[in-house]
Amino acid sequence: MSEAVSELKVTNKLIAKYDKDTKTIFGFWVYLMTDCVLFASLFAVFAVLRHNTYGGPTAQGLFNLNYVMIETMALLTSSFTAGLALLSAQRKRVKHTLFWFGVTFTLGLTFLILELSEFSRFVAQGDSWRRSGFLSSYFTLVGTHGLHIAIGLLWMLIMMAFILKRGLNDTTLKRIRMLSLFWHFLDVVWIFIFTIVYLFGVLGV
Amino acid sequence: MKSQTRTVAADVMVSLHQPEEATLKKYVIGFTGSLVLTFGAYLLTQYGALSKPVMIIVLAILALSQFVLQLIYFLHVGKEFSPRLKLLVTIFMVLIVFILVAGSIWIMDNLKGRMMSQSNMVKYMNSQNGL
Repeated sequence: MSEAVSELKVTNKLIAKYDKDTKTIFGFWVYLMTDCVLFASLFAVFAVLRHNTYGGPTAQGLFNLNYVMIETMALLTSSFTAGLALLSAQRKRVKHTLFWFGVTFTLGLTFLILELSEFSRFVAQGDSWRRSGFLSSYFTLVGTHGLHIAIGLLWMLIMMAFILKRGLNDTTLKRIRMLSLFWHFLDVVWIFIFTIVYLFGVLGV
Repeated sequence: MKSQTRTVAADVMVSLHQPEEATLKKYVIGFTGSLVLTFGAYLLTQYGALSKPVMIIVLAILALSQFVLQLIYFLHVGKEFSPRLKLLVTIFMVLIVFILVAGSIWIMDNLKGRMMSQSNMVKYMNSQNGL
């Protein structure tokens, strides 16, 4: 009998822990959804200001679609490898998890470097955010996404250090799940930047 | 009694240790689908010969399909037990984003239509002697 009772206690503890983790991850999801409102505001500003070039370059003259396509591929692949990292973590394979996070980090960093070098090229040719309303809204929207990517990369470095130090316990796993949600979310935002800013921009919509 | 408790404990252990949402198959489906949709949009824009209004609709459909695909296969929306709070919050987000973006574009476009043309504005300012 006492064995059964103690087992019941263990079960209840597990359920309580599971509930708490589920709530934490749900709370993080709610944060991501409110972050969408930030991006929606910036998308709205971009949509309104996109033709206000004030004699400066238009989207058609500025963007190189092949270059943006390479950026997009880097980010999309990194979203996939972040998923593989989560899968490895759930299977308690420390080396696999670190490897896939390493790949995700490298691809994310590639994306960020490509984006920043494009920004600096625009600024160097005189097309900075001060040039026109179109460029102000472009830099703010794409720059905010880039800032999220930079924070995600920092988080990923810290996460890898945690995994090295503490292994894949329940707490680490919970955080990995939130990190992978964050990273997939950033790729989802990029779908709309890619379509609305770059594809529509090149078409001259 | 004892055996019953054991079953419950075993069930909980199984459900806790099983990856309840993420599987390799899902990630592969999500990734492949996203690749196809992204390349489709890119190739159509770069080499396609469709008229502009058609292109806008096609690109919007491609982007929205990729959005839904990634929500399901990468972010695992709609795969939870009832009450489906995650799904509810997501749908609410889509509604808010739609109101915010569509509303802004609508209002600002309407304002633009009411604006005086630049030549008329100069004429008006001259006649008013700079206010």
